[in-house]
Amino acid sequence: MANEVCLRNLDQDRPWLLKRYQAAGGYEVLSRILKENTPPDEIIEEVKASGLRGRGGAGFPTGLKWSFIARNAPGQKYVVCNSDEGEPGTFKDRDILRYNPHQLIEGMIIAGYAIGATVGYNYIRGEFWEPYRRFEDALEEARAAGFLGKNLLGSGFDFQLHSHLGAGAYICGEETALLESIEGKKGQPRYKPPFPAHFGLYGRPTIINNTESLASIPVILEKGGSWFKKLGVENSGGSKLFSISGHINNPGVFEIPLGTPFSELLEMAGGMKEGSKMKAVIPGGSSAPVIPGDQMMDLTMDYDAIAKAGSMLGSGAVIVMDDSTCMVKVLERMSYFYHEESCGQCTPCREGTGWLYRVVSRIENGKGRPEDLALLDDMTVKIAGRTICALGDAAAMPVQGMLKHYRDEFEYHIEHKRCMTGG
Amino acid sequence: MSDDQMVTIEVDGRKLEAKAGELLIEVTDAAGINIPRFCYHKKLSVSANCRMCLVEVSKVPKPIPACATTVNNGMQVFTRSPLALAAQKGTMEFLLINHPLDCPICDQGGECELQDVAVGYGSDVSRFVEGKRVIPERNIGPLIATDFTRCIHCTRCVRFGAEIAGIRELGATGRGEHMEIGTYVEKSIDSELSGNIIDVCPVGSLTSKPARYQARAWELVQREAVAPHDSVGSNLHIHLRRNQVMRVHPKDNESVNECWISDRDRFSYLGLYSEDRVTRPLIKTEGQWKECDWQEALDFAAQGMKKARGGDGDQIGALVSPTATLEEMYLTRKLMGGLGSRNVDSRLRQGDFRGEESAPWLGQSIADLDNLNGVLLIGSNVRKEQPIFAHRLRKAAMEGAWVGFVTPFELDMNYRAEQLVSSPAGMISDLAAVAKALGLSGSLVDDAEVSDVHQRVAEKLKTAEKTTVLLGNLAVAHMDYSLLRHLGALIADATDSVLGFLPEAANSVGARLVGVAGGDGLDSLAMLNSPRKGYLLLGVEPDWDFWNPSLARQSLSEAEFVVALSAYRSASLEENADVILPVAGFTESSGTYVNAEGIWQSFNGSVKPMGEARPAWKVLRVLGNLLDVADFEYNSSSQVLEEARDSSTIQPGGNSSTPGELNVRTPAAGLVRAGDVPLYASDALVRRSNPLQKTNDAISAAVHVNPQVAKDGGFSAGDQVMVKQGNTGATMALVIDEAIPDGCARIPAALSGTGELGGQFGEVTLEKA
Ligand SMILES: Cc1cc2nc3c(=O)[nH]c(=O)nc-3n(C[C@H](O)[C@H](O)[C@H](O)COP(=O)(O)O)c2cc1C
Ligand code: SF4
Ligand code: SF4
Ligand code: FES
Repeated sequence: MANEVCLRNLDQDRPWLLKRYQAAGGYEVLSRILKENTPPDEIIEEVKASGLRGRGGAGFPTGLKWSFIARNAPGQKYVVCNSDEGEPGTFKDRDILRYNPHQLIEGMIIAGYAIGATVGYNYIRGEFWEPYRRFEDALEEARAAGFLGKNLLGSGFDFQLHSHLGAGAYICGEETALLESIEGKKGQPRYKPPFPAHFGLYGRPTIINNTESLASIPVILEKGGSWFKKLGVENSGGSKLFSISGHINNPGVFEIPLGTPFSELLEMAGGMKEGSKMKAVIPGGSSAPVIPGDQMMDLTMDYDAIAKAGSMLGSGAVIVMDDSTCMVKVLERMSYFYHEESCGQCTPCREGTGWLYRVVSRIENGKGRPEDLALLDDMTVKIAGRTICALGDAAAMPVQGMLKHYRDEFEYHIEHKRCMTGG
Repeated sequence: MSDDQMVTIEVDGRKLEAKAGELLIEVTDAAGINIPRFCYHKKLSVSANCRMCLVEVSKVPKPIPACATTVNNGMQVFTRSPLALAAQKGTMEFLLINHPLDCPICDQGGECELQDVAVGYGSDVSRFVEGKRVIPERNIGPLIATDFTRCIHCTRCVRFGAEIAGIRELGATGRGEHMEIGTYVEKSIDSELSGNIIDVCPVGSLTSKPARYQARAWELVQREAVAPHDSVGSNLHIHLRRNQVMRVHPKDNESVNECWISDRDRFSYLGLYSEDRVTRPLIKTEGQWKECDWQEALDFAAQGMKKARGGDGDQIGALVSPTATLEEMYLTRKLMGGLGSRNVDSRLRQGDFRGEESAPWLGQSIADLDNLNGVLLIGSNVRKEQPIFAHRLRKAAMEGAWVGFVTPFELDMNYRAEQLVSSPAGMISDLAAVAKALGLSGSLVDDAEVSDVHQRVAEKLKTAEKTTVLLGNLAVAHMDYSLLRHLGALIADATDSVLGFLPEAANSVGARLVGVAGGDGLDSLAMLNSPRKGYLLLGVEPDWDFWNPSLARQSLSEAEFVVALSAYRSASLEENADVILPVAGFTESSGTYVNAEGIWQSFNGSVKPMGEARPAWKVLRVLGNLLDVADFEYNSSSQVLEEARDSSTIQPGGNSSTPGELNVRTPAAGLVRAGDVPLYASDALVRRSNPLQKTNDAISAAVHVNPQVAKDGGFSAGDQVMVKQGNTGATMALVIDEAIPDGCARIPAALSGTGELGGQFGEVTLEKA
């Protein structure tokens, strides 16, 4: 039961072509909506019924987000797709752009129709040159076929879609920084409220969703919200893409129903590498707290189960580590990332991420002090929840996770000035 | 919920009334509850980046910023609960880890918001043992010293630049810890309001360059004053040590200058300490200047005036700086009156005295400017003439007001405005065409050719709700000022707009109220055109303060006797005066200015006059006594003020303009000079402020023409050209400037090298030198 939504066409030859997409029933939902003039509320209700939660990391219900837009308020509104995919470990949206761009386009047009927006932007990670070209080609095809532009299929509904290539900043994946970036400004998150639904791109009502969220829409509307919902489990409707990487045999992207046991996912990914034993798993991208391997083996891949274990499903980036891994080194690497990627706007994150990194780094380099772990604990409390955007939390959570489960390794580093894993 | 609905909130157990939608920090500030903050500034947009103002709010799990949270009914706020305090202390610790803590050598020390808050929220020991961030000094011009190592990244300066000054030069580059404030390309910050970033910066990252390392905050004594340059009348705090002005800061006055001042008002004080201050009386005998004591100088002056007057008071006249105080102006007029002369004038830069006008009020309150919907400015480079008014008009423009200019050269704008740029003669026809588009008729108007632009201007003024037509310094200096004013008045009348004036100087309005401007004697041009035998000059420099400096010098040099009350000596004054009586400068004397709105603002002296200089009102009083003028006993300037107030009958009100003869004097063909007075050339004090003279606004004498005019004359940029104006002439560099229309040569006045020329407007010819 895999590959039913975003990757449903993977078995075809060059599935990204318009004719292949159409041969598999693509753009039929859109055509039907346009022909029948489906009331937008019906679409939003269907998305709500599907239980689809945002696939960008926060898991906010997509239908609910769409319903916040004052559809009939006059003036321009926008649909924005977040294809920035910067969270370390995540590489699923890339495959949607490469293999199924038309489904994303169709999803965005429907979203536009549902909220009354006539312009959309797809913000694509700067390093994604190939996916960007692929998406641009698909846009060309869609325009030529009359799915984009003025008066789509004679319905009177206009929709224009543009892609926007990022420039390599992780923070531009944060939705309001992304909007600033499209506007040509420095990519810095905005203070919220107001939220994009009220004050979004160019100050206009805007919905912003992850690539996977939007690409799921045509299938949800084709097969029905309840069909989608039933793919998954309670509170975690549908199936989801997982990008799994690490010390495994077959890293890659897998679309599986939410609620699938982690052990099955691991199996699909070829299991652990020869002779290596699982030590820990980061279940939802680098911001998600680590979970010890044995605990992970008992979990299912859905929002609630992972949350109950003290972490989060996030973007579905699963990083599997074997017992040769030094957790201090892992944390040093991650802290360096957040320190480098902080936009610098707000004090706890700007100053705190640098300080976190330096303390972890000195522990890793044999210069740690006994009081350092308490200092790290304290700093994470002072960063998390006190910043403008969630990057502050994203920087603090991995530290908290590591210190919760692998404190002994850190203590060993401090005391012996070397690693207990021998790494 | 409507915005003016009232709600009740509870802060630390105290019930407070607030307007729904108000920011929590505004409500607590008004109630005197202190919440620490760095990035919040009442005049700037909310950025919520410093996280110092985090407070606990009931039903919200995380601490939230008071500066970005709007109040709603029943909200319970805890500013010092364990959660709030922990958050505030946490932020403080983060702010300090990379801060250099070089307070002992920091100019902000003692008045630093970071220092103050750290005392309350900081910890004694730093847990940060790593090396701190260091940022090399950046040069952003002669006014502002930078030390970005101290920066706490609150972005107040950046927001000030973008939102208030309308410049985009300052920005934050780099991410995370590498974020730095700076100019993208290293360059100076060119804004007439730039100094305000010194005040908005909560730390010592941006400080005054001239005041750097001069004094510690706690050594300074604070006094109040009123800015002595333009007609805004900005309120100032003077900070002095012993008898010296160390720096000037704005004093908040929401209805005048808000919390801002122009760079001219902030940095001109340095002109007080110029080497050419006169500190002892000087008299000239047989062409030789010598110092003498006051008694001798005053006797000499009184005798000289008496002699020049002879039996006819009309033979003498007084030319008074419009930055003189009301008391000085009043006593000058009274002194002249006592000698039988009605010839006093402070409108030294007016180019045309035909017709009559009311006192040159703004016609509305200063704060009203913020809320205008349509503005037509005639001959006004307001940004360089009255920077605070420009800021107010910009506010209106940012809210959607239409702003248009009729101007002899294109102005450098910091917002979108419609500019009708044409030669000095073209300005008249442009206005006439707007009048015609409004359906008016009459001489001037009937022959006008109406284009789309004129239609649009007419339309905008007619349809917008609150509108005004304002006349600026360039209009006043125009050789057909009375026509511009007349047409402006017609347009204002036809569009239900307020007719207003943007008076040139700190006391242009006051002068009118005490009969020093617009009295019944000769005006300044007439006094020079039909030379008097004796002149009294008050705060005036012949080369720089007159519409036609050549004419001024000519008439002064031919007079029998010239007595000058001045704080400075200058070559042209020494050449033309017979006695120089040293008078107090800015901050050295008490007095009163009446600003554009008509507000009388009195101030005390803050420091003693330099050397033997005396307040001019005292000098005038003694002169009056020596010349036996009746009722000239005053013990204080406030006594003078009272009498002046009683004698003045003019009240602020609607403006009017009565036209004189309506013939156009401006040549329609050929090249006509438009002579603006650059920002930092406006008066004797500012001309001597070295730091201001080093800015890019301090331009040097040059003739600016457009590429076509240059080409026709065979000139290239940088050529030395001979400018001939009537029987005068001067050599200066040629600047090719697209902003100048055909038929116009912009030759700024009041600069060294322009004193040899004629009127600020008039026909000129150019020749290769
Ligand atoms: C630092 C940071 C980086 C983020 N990066 C991404 C990203 O690369 N892609 C993404 O879809 N969402 C990212 N997000 C989440 C977005 O802000 C936003 O929640 C999401 O795009 C909403 O879409 P969804 O509701 O469909 O998930 C990021 C959030 C933060 C705080
Ligand atoms: S939390 Fe970090 S990334 Fe987010 S706004 Fe603040 S400084 Fe920027
Ligand atoms: S220079 Fe001053 S005002 Fe500007 S960001 Fe730094 S601390 Fe704030
Ligand atoms: S003052 Fe509120 S966050 Fe800075």
